[in-house]
Amino acid sequence: MSQSKSASIMDARILVPAISGAFKKLDPRSLARNPVMFVVAVVSALTTILFLRDLLTGGANLGFSLQIVIWLWFTVLFANFAEAVAEGRGKAQAESLRRTRTETQAKLLSGSERDAFRLVPGTSLKVGDVVLVEAGDIIPSDGEVIEGVASVNEAAITGESAPVIRESGGDRSAVTGGTQVLSDWIRVRITAAAGSTFIDRMIALVEGAERQKTPNEIALNILLAGMTLIFVLAVVTIPSFANYAGGYIPVVVLVALFVTLIPTTIGALLSAIGIAGMDRLVRFNVLAMSGRAVEAAGDVDTLLLDKTGTITLGNRQATELRPVRGVTEQELADAAQLASLADETPEGRSIVVLAKEKYGIRARDMQSLHATFVPFTAQTRMSGVDFDGSSIRKGAVEAVLKHVDLATVATGGNRASASTIREIQTIADDIAKSGGTPLAVVRDGRLLGVVHLKDIVKGGIKERFAELRRMGIRTVMITGDNPMTAAAIAAEAGVDDFLAQATPEMKLALIREEQAKGKLVAMCGDGTNDAPALAQSDVGVAMNTGTVAAREAGNMVDLDSDPTKLIEIVEIGKQLLMTRGALTTFSIANDVAKYFAIIPAMFLAFYPQLGALNIMGLATPQSAILSAIIFNALIIVALIPLSLRGVKYRAVGAGALLSRNLLIYGVGGLIVPFAGIKAIDMAITALGLV
Amino acid sequence: MTVNGWIQILVFCGIIIALVKPLGGYMTRVFNGERTILSIIFGPLERGLYKLAGTSDREEQHWTTYTGAFLLFNFAGFLLLYVMQRVQGSLPFNPAGMGAVPPELAFNTATSFVANTNWQNYGGESTMSYLVQMAGLNVQNFVSAASGIAIAIALIRAFSRKSGKTLGNFWADLVRATLYVLLPICVVGTLVLVWQGVPQNLNPYTVATTLEGAQQTIAQGPVASQMMIKHLGTNGGGFFNANAAHPFENPTAFANLIHMVMIFAIGAALTNVFGRMVGSEKQGWAILAAMGVLFIAGVVICYWAEAAGNPLVHALGIDGGNMEGKEARFGIVLSALFAVVTTAASCGAVNAMHDSFMALGGMIPMINMMLGEIIVGGVGAGFYGILLFIIIAIFVAGLMVGRTPEYLGKKIEAKEVKMAMLAVLCLPLTMLGFTAIAIVLPTGLASIANPGPHGFSEVLYAYTSAAANNGSAFGGLSGNTPWYNLTLGLAMLMGRFLVIIPAMAIAGSLVTKKVSPASAGTFPTHGPLFVGLLVGVILIVGGLTFFPALALGPIVEHLAMIQAPGL
Repeated sequence: MSQSKSASIMDARILVPAISGAFKKLDPRSLARNPVMFVVAVVSALTTILFLRDLLTGGANLGFSLQIVIWLWFTVLFANFAEAVAEGRGKAQAESLRRTRTETQAKLLSGSERDAFRLVPGTSLKVGDVVLVEAGDIIPSDGEVIEGVASVNEAAITGESAPVIRESGGDRSAVTGGTQVLSDWIRVRITAAAGSTFIDRMIALVEGAERQKTPNEIALNILLAGMTLIFVLAVVTIPSFANYAGGYIPVVVLVALFVTLIPTTIGALLSAIGIAGMDRLVRFNVLAMSGRAVEAAGDVDTLLLDKTGTITLGNRQATELRPVRGVTEQELADAAQLASLADETPEGRSIVVLAKEKYGIRARDMQSLHATFVPFTAQTRMSGVDFDGSSIRKGAVEAVLKHVDLATVATGGNRASASTIREIQTIADDIAKSGGTPLAVVRDGRLLGVVHLKDIVKGGIKERFAELRRMGIRTVMITGDNPMTAAAIAAEAGVDDFLAQATPEMKLALIREEQAKGKLVAMCGDGTNDAPALAQSDVGVAMNTGTVAAREAGNMVDLDSDPTKLIEIVEIGKQLLMTRGALTTFSIANDVAKYFAIIPAMFLAFYPQLGALNIMGLATPQSAILSAIIFNALIIVALIPLSLRGVKYRAVGAGALLSRNLLIYGVGGLIVPFAGIKAIDMAITALGLV
Repeated sequence: MTVNGWIQILVFCGIIIALVKPLGGYMTRVFNGERTILSIIFGPLERGLYKLAGTSDREEQHWTTYTGAFLLFNFAGFLLLYVMQRVQGSLPFNPAGMGAVPPELAFNTATSFVANTNWQNYGGESTMSYLVQMAGLNVQNFVSAASGIAIAIALIRAFSRKSGKTLGNFWADLVRATLYVLLPICVVGTLVLVWQGVPQNLNPYTVATTLEGAQQTIAQGPVASQMMIKHLGTNGGGFFNANAAHPFENPTAFANLIHMVMIFAIGAALTNVFGRMVGSEKQGWAILAAMGVLFIAGVVICYWAEAAGNPLVHALGIDGGNMEGKEARFGIVLSALFAVVTTAASCGAVNAMHDSFMALGGMIPMINMMLGEIIVGGVGAGFYGILLFIIIAIFVAGLMVGRTPEYLGKKIEAKEVKMAMLAVLCLPLTMLGFTAIAIVLPTGLASIANPGPHGFSEVLYAYTSAAANNGSAFGGLSGNTPWYNLTLGLAMLMGRFLVIIPAMAIAGSLVTKKVSPASAGTFPTHGPLFVGLLVGVILIVGGLTFFPALALGPIVEHLAMIQAPGL
C-alpha cells in the first residue's frame, strides 16, 4: 500500500497557517458546532468583560484575573488550533487535487459519427452527453466508456504513474474526470455533472468542507454537553453555599473551576480526531464517502474477501506434473513446456519455469521449431502448439477429454482407453481436492497427464486472519471455485468460512443473512454485479478500477484497488473510536486532581481547615487555581499529536485492549494532572507570576 | 471496631448473597409469566384482577403505553392518598381521633409514599389514623414498590428481547410483583416479627401509669404488617416517628437483621433476574459486585468513623466510639450497618439518628444517596439507576475497544446517551439546586437546628434524601413547614419520575435494536475489569459533582473536629 502522501504531524507548512486558522475559528458560528468549546468561549468572554470592569473601577487581584482570562482564551485557541492542524493536512492534499482540475475542452458528439463533434467547455457537460476523448486529451468529467479501448493515466487520483486500460463493457469501463488518455480513443457517456465529479467529491472530503458529524460523534457530543450541564449545576450552586458559610467566591475563580471540570480536553480534540481519522484513510489511498462508514468499519464483524488477489496471489502456478501410467514425467514436462512456450499467461509462464527448474528443459524457440501457437479461446478452453504435423494441447480436463474424443472420431483412430480417462480424472480430482487446478495435457490425441496449477496463498495472510480472529472478526472467503478446491484453500489460508461457486446473488444473500444475525459486514468489489452486495454491506469498498455502478454502490473507494486493504480500513475505524474513548476517559479522570487543586484554594478564606485537602501542597490559593487552568489548556496542545496519530491499535482481544487503555488513559488520567499541576505550580511560583 | 462487629457484617452479606439466586430465579419465573408454586393460590386471583381491569397479561405495551399506565396509576394513588388524609377524621378505624392532615403536609406525604420515598414530615402515631396507615400509606408501600419493580423489569426486557417493539404489560407486572413477590414474603415475615414482639392490633392507644405514677400513652396498632413492606419495598416510612429505632418497630437484634435483609433482598435479586433474562447470570453478578464494592467501602468508612468516636470527647477522658443517637440494643456496628444499608437501598428507615453520627459517618449515607442509590438501591429503582451508569460507563470506555459501544449486544447510541444524561442530570439539579435556594432564603434557614457546616449538612441531606427517594432524615431540620413540605415534595417527584421517564425511553429504544452477537472484539461486561470501570465511573461522574457541597458540609466539619484547638 502506498503511503506516499505522508506528511509529518509537526510540519511547519501546516502549523503556521493553523495558527491564524485558530483565530479565524473564534467566529461564533464556527464555535457553535462544538458545545463544550462554545461554553468555554462564552465564559471567557464573560470573564473578559468582568476583568475590564474591574480594571476601570480598580478592583483587586487584577494580575491574577488577567492571567486567568488569558489562559481561558488560550484554551479556546488551542482547541481551534488542533482542528486547524487536522484540517490543514487535508487542505494540502486538496490543493494538489485541485491542480488537476484544470479547465478542459470537451469534444461533444451529437450523433454516432466519430468526427461530428464540437468543442465545448468541460464544465458545460450534462449527464448523458457523449464525448470523444482521444490520445492526449484530458477526460472532461466522470463517465462510462461506451465504445473503444484506451490506456489512461490516472496518476492524478491514484498517484500511480503506470497507465491503466479502460474499455467499453466489462468491469473496467469507468473513467474519471481529470485523468488523461494516453493512446487510442474512447467514446464516453458522461455520468456526473460539473461540480459533482469524483475529484470534486474527493476535494470536498479531504478538505472536510462537507464534514458531517458521525453518529458516534453526535452521541459523544451529547455526553460531553450533559457533563458540562452537570458541572454548571455543581458550580452555580457554590456561591449560595459559600454565602451560607459567610464567604464570597470571585466569579473568575468559579469560571476557572468550571472550565477545568468540564471535559475540555476531549471537547477540544474531538473534531481533530474525526478529521485525522478520515485523513489516515486518505493516506492509505482510500476515500470514505462518509465518516459514518469509517465508524462502521470499526464495528465490522464479518469480512467478505474475494479469494483471487486478496487471499491468493492473482496467478496460479504450476507446481507439479502428474503423468498417467506409461508416460514419464520428463515426457509430460517436454510436452507441457512446448504447449506453453508462446503462452503469455502467468500460468503458462509458470509451466515453462517449472519445466526448466525441475526437469532441466531449456526454453526453445518457436520460430526454429516452425511451430504455430494456438491461443486459448472461451470455446475450446485450451491452448497449445501445432508443429511438424504434431499437435499439443493443454486445458481444462473436461475440455481436453472432449478434444481427445473428437480427435479420435475425426481420425478414426483408437479411442483413448477408458482406464486412462479414469486415471486422468482421478488425478484431477486429487488436485482439485488439495485446492489446485488441474490442466490436462494431450499430444496427438494421446493423454499424457495433468499439470497441477496451484493457488499460491499470499505470504503472511494466515497471520493476518489469526489477528482478525483475535479482534473478533470472522473472515469469509468468496470464490468461484468448486467447494472442494475452496475448502482446501480456505484451510490453507486460515479463513473461518468460505462461499464456493459464488454468484452475486449468493453474496447478497450471505450479507443479508449475516446482517439478520446482527452483524456488520464489510466487503470489497469492483464489478457491476458486485454493486448490490456493495450497497447492502455496511462497509463496501469499491475498487477504483471498478465500474461506475460499483463505485456508486460502495461507501469507500480504494484508489489502489487493493482488496487486502479492507483489513487496514477496519483497523483505522477502530483506531478512530479508540482515540475518542481514550481521550474522553482521560479528560474525565483528570477532574479528580483539579478538584483537589481548586476546592481547598477556593474555600480557604473562610474554611482554613480545608487546607488539609491541598494534598499536592500547592503554594497559594491563586497559584493552585492558575496551575489548574494552565494545565487544562496545555494538556490540549500536548495531546494534539496523539489525537492526529490515533491511539495505537493492537490486534488483541477486547478485554486485553480495554485493560491496557484503561490503565494508560484512565489510571494515567488520574495521576498525570496531579504531577502536572504540581509542576506548573512550582514553575509559576518560581517565576513570581502570582 | 471489633471482630464481633465484622462477623455481624459478614453474616449479613452472606445471607444476601445466598438469597440472590433462589429469589432471582423465582422472580424470573414470575415475570416471565411461568407457573410457580404460588400459582395455585394466586393464579385465579391474578386472572380475576386482569378481567376486572379489562386487560390481559398477553397484551403487550409499547414503552409509551407502559410508562403512561405507570404514571396514571401513580397519579391515581396520589389523589386517593391525599384525599384520605384530608378526610380521615370522618373515616373509621380512627381510635385516637386524628383530625384532617394540613394540605401541604398531606401533599408532601402523598407524594412521598407514591414516589417510594416515605419522607415523613409527620409523626405517624400523632398524625395518621389506623385507616390511613393501613389502607392509604401501606397500600402505597406495596404498589410503589411494585411499580418500581415493573419499571426495572421493563428495562431488563429491553435488553433481553432480541429486537421487538414492546416491553410487557405494566398491569400484569404490577399485579405479579405485588401478589407473587411482595405479599407472600410480607405475610410470612409479619408473623416472624409478631413473634419477635412487634404489635399487630387495632386497639386504641394504651394509657399506662408508670412507676413514678405518671400517665404515659403507649401508641400501638397494626405495626408488624407495615414493618415488613416498609423494608422489603424499600419504603422506609415508619409507623412511629422514631422509625426502626422504636422498640415496637424493631424490638430485637434478630428483628433488626430481618429488616436489613429485607431491604436488600429484592434489589440484590433483581441483578440475578437481569442476568437470567439476558441469558448470562454472570452479567448480573458483575453488577452486584460493583454494588458490593461500593457498599463494603461505605460500611468500612462508616463503621470506622463511628467506632473511632469523637477525639474531642476522648480528650475529656471518655473513651469509646460514638454512641450518641444510637440504640443500646444495636450498638455501633448495627447502627452503622443499618445506616449504610438503608441509604444504599432507597429505604430510609433508620434505627439510629444519622444527625448524631460523626461527620464522616454521616457523610457515607449522604454519598450513597447522591450516587442515586444504585448500591442495590430501591426495589427496581436501584436497578434502573445503575443501568443508567452502566450505559454511561460503557459509552465512555467501550469506545476504547474500538467499536461502537454496546451492552449485551445492544448498541448504545445518541438516544440512549441523551436519556441517560438527562436522568443523571436530574440528581444534582434537585439535590444541589434546592439546597442552594433553601440556604439563602430566610424561610429555609429558619428550620435549621445547628449553625455552621452541620446545619448545611442537614439541608443538603434533606433534599438529597428526597430526590433520591430515600426518605431518611438527618434530623435537626424542622421539615414540617410549607416551604420544605412543598419543595421536598417536588424534589421527590423529580427524583422519581424524571429518572423513570428517560429510563423508559431508553428501554423503548433499546428493545427495537438487534442484538449483535458477542465476539472476541466485544467489550466484556462480566469480569473484574468491568466492575472496576463501573465503580470508577459511578464515583467520578456521579460523585465528584457533589464534592464542593460535601467539602462545605461533612468534610469541613470533620477537619474542624480533628484540627480543633486543645487536641
